[in-house]
Amino acid sequence: VSVHITKVDVAKVAKLARLDMSEADLDRYTEQLAKMLDHFEDIDALDLSGVEPMSQPFPLVNVMRPDVEQPTLDRDEVLAMAPAAEQHRFRVPSILGIDL
Amino acid sequence: VTPRTAVDTAAGVRSGSLRAADVLEEHLARVAAREAEIHAFNLVTQDAARARAADIDRRVAAGEDPGPLAGVTIALKDNLCTRGVPTTCSSRILEGWKPPYDASVVERLAAAGAVFVGKTNLDEFAMGSSTENSAFGPTRNPLDTSRVPGGSSGGSAAAVAADFATVAIGSDTGGSIRQPAALCGVVGVKPTYGAVSRYGLIAFASSLDQIGPFTHTVEDAALLMEVISGHDARDSTSIPQPAMQLRQELGKGVEGLRIGRITDLPAGADPGIMACLDAAFAALEAQGASVVDVQVPAFTYGLTAYYLVAPAEASSNLARYDGVRFGMRVEAPDTNAMYSATRAAGFGDEVKRRIMIGTYALSAGYFDAYYGKALKIRRLIANDFAAAYAKADVLLTPTSPTVAFEFGSKGDNPLAMYLCDTYTIPTNLVGHPAMSVPFGTAELGLPAGVQIMAPTLGEPVMFRVAAALEEAAK
Repeated sequence: VSVHITKVDVAKVAKLARLDMSEADLDRYTEQLAKMLDHFEDIDALDLSGVEPMSQPFPLVNVMRPDVEQPTLDRDEVLAMAPAAEQHRFRVPSILGIDL
Repeated sequence: VTPRTAVDTAAGVRSGSLRAADVLEEHLARVAAREAEIHAFNLVTQDAARARAADIDRRVAAGEDPGPLAGVTIALKDNLCTRGVPTTCSSRILEGWKPPYDASVVERLAAAGAVFVGKTNLDEFAMGSSTENSAFGPTRNPLDTSRVPGGSSGGSAAAVAADFATVAIGSDTGGSIRQPAALCGVVGVKPTYGAVSRYGLIAFASSLDQIGPFTHTVEDAALLMEVISGHDARDSTSIPQPAMQLRQELGKGVEGLRIGRITDLPAGADPGIMACLDAAFAALEAQGASVVDVQVPAFTYGLTAYYLVAPAEASSNLARYDGVRFGMRVEAPDTNAMYSATRAAGFGDEVKRRIMIGTYALSAGYFDAYYGKALKIRRLIANDFAAAYAKADVLLTPTSPTVAFEFGSKGDNPLAMYLCDTYTIPTNLVGHPAMSVPFGTAELGLPAGVQIMAPTLGEPVMFRVAAALEEAAK
């Protein structure tokens, strides 16, 4: 997986991850991520053909609970911890670029 | 002075020969004397603890049994949710947040009669091996304050080592209980994945995270495991089995057990650390165990697999910190700008680095080359361990390649820090249990930890070996 990561790649990843970054941040992360990716090349030596991926150490499937009503978190207690709330809802800034 | 154990504390409090209030005051006095220097805690909850200890004493006086941890003081890693009590993950992004519920582990400890002393410092979101990544400043190792306590559960390890609390709870994603336990000279356990409920543990890497205890003794660790393990319907990865019974294993000895030595273990441990490991093998042989050579070739690739899987899962788990539902917000004209500004201001350097590497590894065009490959390496490691456990009951390695290191000594090189976890990471990738037991001193007279690894749900045999090593180390 010898890939040379560029500052353009890092800027794209930062955007995907919703992290504002300065030019200096981008330079630093480009250098550090490149070093890590170089180290990760050790796995290129492995023959992984036919190996089944393992995403969970202890696979349990279709874990369900009985379909009965249960208490939920207290709404007021939850909303009291939000940065902004209004009319029993979380309040956020404009989502479509227009101020309604 | 040998610290009073949890077993002795609970026995004394239940019988009325010891008052929970007095036990607590002894610990709070030590906190008052040394906490300014050590910084084990993000928050000391002394008022709640005093009320709780008084209640325990009242119940004993009324003829009630407060439970198997009656009056035992406990420090909780600050990534465990505590209702109405600030829970920060040592991150600015959660500063001031009070969870609306308790973690299952916290509920179980409370029901067993424990007294919570406070919330302990950690590397931000449990990402680190030194507790230097905390947004609220590092924790110092009580054995040598010029050195780190390890991490990420450095505050919990330091709290036990300084006897600020009799026991502590931490979380271990790649070594975050075992490595600080080794560096602080205490016992630390990472249980089998799914043995302890993760409900209310703030997620770092969900397929790797496990909650476990820090204690002075192996018996205390067994007692804690008996309280916190067992099925919980609120965690869908919880193994449907009752709580483990481990204290009954401790006196069984190691005669006839096969102790595996990994002959192709990655090099890099200091000579003093390896000498302690050799002494541990010899001690177990002297008690009737046999030492067998095994190979775990894929062990070497654990670090790369881990540093792809863990950041990938973290990048997804940490997407929830967006300034909408909890924690801090940096105001901006639209939601996307608000998310990006909030996350840039709220997360520290290492957390951002892991989110970046994880996002990259999961992004279109790179998924198969990185994340997909890492999942296959997990399988290889599991296969190699299975072959090794066909020959051996447990495997022994060093917990950490070095003793406690000095602040700043890993510099600005993330990879140097990551190498601290070489020996602890593989068990997380496969979900096996492992624990660190103090065994001798290595470089500079500082404690060394020996790691005992066992197959899935192999805690009974792991604790037998731990008890034997503890006895030999006396």
